[in-house]
Amino acid sequence: MPGKLKAKIVAGRHLPVMDRASDLTDAFVEVKFGNTTFKTDVYPKSLNPQWNSEWFKFEVDDEDLQDEPLQITVLDHDTYSANDAIGKVYIDIDPLLSCEAATVISGWLPIYDTIHGIRGEINVVVKVDLFNDLNRFRQSSCGVKFFCTTSIPRCYRAALVHGFVEELVVNEDPEYQWIDRIRTPRASNEARQRLISLMSGELQRKIGLKVLEMGGNAVVGYLQCFDLEGESGLVVRAIGTACTLDKLIPGTESKEPVFSEDPPHPLSVPPTPLRTLPSSSSPPPFSPSKPCSRQSSSSDTDLSLTPKMGMGSGISVGKEAGPLKTLLRQQAQSALEQRVHFFSDPVYFQEFPFFTLTCFPPGFLVHIGGVVSARSVKLLDRIHNPALGNTRSYKLLDWNSVAADEPETRDAWWEEIRQEIKSHAKALGCHAVVGYSESTTICEEVCILSASGTAAMLNPRFMREGSVCVYSRFDDASPPSCGFCHIPYDEFNMPFPAQLTYCYHCRRQKVPDVLFTTIDLPAEAAVTGKGCLIQARLCRTKKKAQGEVNATAISNLLPFMEYELHTQLMNKLKLRCMNALFGLRIQISVGENMLLGLASATGVYLSALPAPGGIQITGKTPSDLSYDQHISTMQKRINDTIAMNKELYNIHPLECIEEVVGSPIPDRQRSRLFRSTSESSDELSELDLSHGKKDAFVLEIDDTDAVEDIQSLLTDAPMPAGFYSCNTEVMPGIYNWTSGLQMFTSVRVYRLSNANLTNQGLNKIFTDLCENLLKSLYFKLRSMIPCCLCHLNFTVAVPEEELIQVRRHTPKHTSPILYIFPKNILVRSGENEEQLQFSMELCGESTSSNNQPTAKPSVSSVDYGSFADRCSTWLELLRLKAHTIRRGSVKTKVRSRSLRSTRSLPCGAPVTVVKMTPLSFLPRTRIVKYLGIINMFFIRETTSLREEGGVSGFLHSFIAEVFAMVRAHVAALGGNAVVSYSMKECVFMENPNKNQAQCLINVSGDAVIFVRESDQEAIPPLIMSGQPSTTGADGTT
Amino acid sequence: MSVELDVFVVNTTIMDEEVYQLWLDGYTVNDAVKVRMEGGVLEGCDASAEVLHSDTMDQYRTFQMCERLLHSPVKLANQLLFQIPPHRQTMLIERYYAFDSVFVREVLGKKLSKGTKKDLDDVSAKTGVTLKSCRRQFDNFKRVFKVVEELKGPLVENIRKHFLLSDNLARDYAAIVFFANNRFETGKKKLHYLTFQDFAFCAGQLINNWTVGALGESLRSAFVFSDNMVEDMDVDLEKEFLQDLKELKILITDRDLLDQHKSLVCTALRGKTKAFNEMEANFKNLSRGLVNIAAKLTNTKDVRDFFIDLVEKFIEPCRSDKWTAGDMRLYLTHYTNSAHVLDTFKHQVVWDRYMGVIKSCILKMYHD
Repeated sequence: MPGKLKAKIVAGRHLPVMDRASDLTDAFVEVKFGNTTFKTDVYPKSLNPQWNSEWFKFEVDDEDLQDEPLQITVLDHDTYSANDAIGKVYIDIDPLLSCEAATVISGWLPIYDTIHGIRGEINVVVKVDLFNDLNRFRQSSCGVKFFCTTSIPRCYRAALVHGFVEELVVNEDPEYQWIDRIRTPRASNEARQRLISLMSGELQRKIGLKVLEMGGNAVVGYLQCFDLEGESGLVVRAIGTACTLDKLIPGTESKEPVFSEDPPHPLSVPPTPLRTLPSSSSPPPFSPSKPCSRQSSSSDTDLSLTPKMGMGSGISVGKEAGPLKTLLRQQAQSALEQRVHFFSDPVYFQEFPFFTLTCFPPGFLVHIGGVVSARSVKLLDRIHNPALGNTRSYKLLDWNSVAADEPETRDAWWEEIRQEIKSHAKALGCHAVVGYSESTTICEEVCILSASGTAAMLNPRFMREGSVCVYSRFDDASPPSCGFCHIPYDEFNMPFPAQLTYCYHCRRQKVPDVLFTTIDLPAEAAVTGKGCLIQARLCRTKKKAQGEVNATAISNLLPFMEYELHTQLMNKLKLRCMNALFGLRIQISVGENMLLGLASATGVYLSALPAPGGIQITGKTPSDLSYDQHISTMQKRINDTIAMNKELYNIHPLECIEEVVGSPIPDRQRSRLFRSTSESSDELSELDLSHGKKDAFVLEIDDTDAVEDIQSLLTDAPMPAGFYSCNTEVMPGIYNWTSGLQMFTSVRVYRLSNANLTNQGLNKIFTDLCENLLKSLYFKLRSMIPCCLCHLNFTVAVPEEELIQVRRHTPKHTSPILYIFPKNILVRSGENEEQLQFSMELCGESTSSNNQPTAKPSVSSVDYGSFADRCSTWLELLRLKAHTIRRGSVKTKVRSRSLRSTRSLPCGAPVTVVKMTPLSFLPRTRIVKYLGIINMFFIRETTSLREEGGVSGFLHSFIAEVFAMVRAHVAALGGNAVVSYSMKECVFMENPNKNQAQCLINVSGDAVIFVRESDQEAIPPLIMSGQPSTTGADGTT
Repeated sequence: MSVELDVFVVNTTIMDEEVYQLWLDGYTVNDAVKVRMEGGVLEGCDASAEVLHSDTMDQYRTFQMCERLLHSPVKLANQLLFQIPPHRQTMLIERYYAFDSVFVREVLGKKLSKGTKKDLDDVSAKTGVTLKSCRRQFDNFKRVFKVVEELKGPLVENIRKHFLLSDNLARDYAAIVFFANNRFETGKKKLHYLTFQDFAFCAGQLINNWTVGALGESLRSAFVFSDNMVEDMDVDLEKEFLQDLKELKILITDRDLLDQHKSLVCTALRGKTKAFNEMEANFKNLSRGLVNIAAKLTNTKDVRDFFIDLVEKFIEPCRSDKWTAGDMRLYLTHYTNSAHVLDTFKHQVVWDRYMGVIKSCILKMYHD
């Protein structure tokens, strides 16, 4: 069924000078969609051409509308030679295909060139007339709404949550096609940009189809990723949660609270009891049969070229990293058998009961089991691409279609991992996984696939209409504030040894002593004090190897890394006197001779969980007196830090031991629970022997590793006063936000020298890097105090060894390697044919330097290798001291209003201010409309790196340009903010010797229109007419 | 281990005004870090010099990227690359176009050419302003000059509109452009005691009274349409007026008129000032000086020497006679007014237009 796409080119401005003689440009525009191209007239001799073209009309299938971008090319007319391209604009038509999103794209968009960056702007208007398609067998899925937001979007309510949708498409990377050897870097970059745009369009369409099949109308928590697998291809994959969303009628949203702690009430559920009621609701009847555990994670190795190696291990936090696997499996098995009935709710029947959401409507989440994660190491093989001979202009290949006779497909790989996640969740007595995400890390031909999520019990009421809801007991399980903490597993068949206590809130159900999750803090959770960012960082060296050997080495290291990361997290959590982690994200990156692990999470003290024990240090050689002394000073330092942190995070739990002991626990239960009760009653200060059982909190410093651990514990610099940071959407324990917010992206690359090849050395460096980055952030943002860094998201990459290493004072051993992404791309960065091939052959050989040592005299003797730390976040100002004196850049509420008024003056800035935030909401504002998903991919390349200010200058301007393009596209859609913004990919490659660099960035988010609460107050007549009740509601917040 | 790459990009561009000033002043990153350290930014922050260095680098890069936009400030408002709140934009522009008075004093009245730019290192050495900053300021002058040179309409207004500068700064730039266009000599030793603000004031007087643009809106439009003239109205002195000034010569060439003028002035001044005797003795010399300056202004060369002539022919003699500022005001007032009483003197309008400016210029310039 066709649709009609209409585009009009209005004008250009700030165009570059293309004709040196006249200092002017004769510009015209080509508008291309699919295989149809239109041209405007040439507007001679102007840098601000006014084309005012007619409407260019494309009659196309809606399938194409979803897949293809509208491509606008601005060219300089040249009578004698070929026309020079000034730059391009790709416009994603998708937001126009849903009636509830944007209706027109109109505005100034930056003209982008992959070599020169932004070169002027063009004013375009784009519209779509879509005819309704009722064909059941259609291939398009127009109208399905996509949201990056991982919660139910404001101004919608979830009628039904259908569940997990996933899809992946594979294609050859144009950068590695033979034709790339003869085409210009620009052509190659543009081919790549276009291909990825097409692939994401197709991916979105296919996911949309699946959603329609399930009966949904939207995808929430849409997460799209690229795997640049180098020669073996390009994979674009996406996961999301299918939902049926109803638009809220303005009148009903008056109840909608302003902050994301309280998402809109889905369904007309009677208000759930809030935190003030300890346990008025009756405990769910299945409570006695519930088990317990904290984490389950595994690292399985599957070499695609070898039979399954089967090395995997379940790790329980704080226990010996040993092969608990068998034990775990047994326990899980028995737990499963006992509670088969337990899984017979609708969720269980889904193939993968996964949810990419991290924030849920109240009552959705019944219990949380713990973090489940799975990793698998694969060897990349060239993607078999039968579509190669296809005559289409691009060759897309849906891997699914040929998967039947190809066992080693990406799909199968993910399927395996998902199965594993599912079984882990079962082991934790849970039927669903929430906060689910998938990621990959690639180093040459080794690829680690990871998936993680939080095992949970969900309220099936939200799942599917008409499905049998036998276990109506869930209905009255709508929890008090502590419900989600209660263990979903069997107390007597715990998957892991753990200490259980009665919930400190309702005193009726069991809770674990520590809770790790990947989701945001549920709105109803009762928290003591404030939260804080907790990071575990780890570096492990590995031998340089190729292929299978390398994969084996990596997979052998993985379990140990996970174990250590968990230990670190646990210790740091205890040190901060907290008992739960939210938003846990573990990233493991592979380099040629090292592995990096970075775990970030937000620690909080959940009032329902027991107070954490302290940390005790013991030595194994007690005879030595000075040694004992050393230990006791360390112990003292740790205790001091704990006390300090308690103060810092304002953690003063109300409960004390007497209460716990004296609490009305039925005798029967008390006797059963004897052990755990007694242990939980330990005061923090008294580090008696009973702690001996709590292995996690005892640090033995009989070897250097342990000393290292303790050192790293204590070297975490405390946050400066006035700063708060977390990696979740909202900062637990802080509620007074201002509307002033700032989003930033920071990228750092470090080069390592050879001296630090030991694990300890690397660990130290890595920790320092992260700490320095944080310190740097605090310093830069000092003028915004009090402020909170939310959604602080770190990404680490270990780039590969680059090109040529010139060594003058030759180090003894091979150098450490750290680079960003596949080396082939790195070498390639826009060279002509001969050089390209030459480098390709050489790269990876560490001895290659010997071939051309004289050619690069300027290169320092230090070996190549670097870290990249990326972190993007937003800053939130607190209103704590809104009237204390602040420096100019801080926008208090008053200031921002006055700013607005200056803007509204006729002489004010004509550019719409577009806010960007990784959060799903903007504090103190209301999102009134979602305009569609923003998913953009850019490549930038330079052959004059030094002239552009070196790598930093190059990347700085590129990131600024990406921001500018995102803002412009949002503004063109009529929006004034991007929420759930994230920079998914930032791949940077350089070749300083050739003065070249290349960078790929992928960003995504949801374009929205928001209104300030203050606006509503300030200009009530405008808003009042539509939403009479909103103003009143805002006043209360 | 070394930092290879370190960038920090924000959605709404953050700029530290202190660092901006350091950048404008031409400090290198390392020097700027030093200055900031000494300024105590790190106090109360748990941060090292590295952090400061990285922050400074980030800001310097941002400024460098902004610089291109600052060259045409109107673009800054509708560019898309940086999201900068309007009040910040104003600050950026105002500071970028601000200049050091010591520096401007050196290039005032010089041709804004490549030759002058080459000599900037000397200026830098002399004034203590870094070469980088000198270049920026010089380029600013040149840029403003080039843009407004081509434009019709009031000079100050044009500058304000095209460079979005504050009123005061726009006036200063008008003065600089005016001086550069007319190539007034300001570098002579005798003029060294004068500050930029003195000259700027005088330039303002000249622009407001002696140029075509000074004639007022209605006259001007008539003028422009009738003559279809291509001259810049505010930048050049009005030719006809300069011609008319020749007529004033009668005040010194006609002996009767000169004596009559003197006696009128002396009668009015008698007993009102201690310097009366000197005034009386020097009257003819001083009057000749002022009228001769007027008569010569048709020569471009003499226009250039306008200020040096004023100083040599009028200010210096008065100063050696120890006139006070009050004496000067008194004298000039009566000197101007008395001419109206002379019945054979027919050029009252031109005289007032001339003396109004001369009087205020001399009063401004009459100091140590």
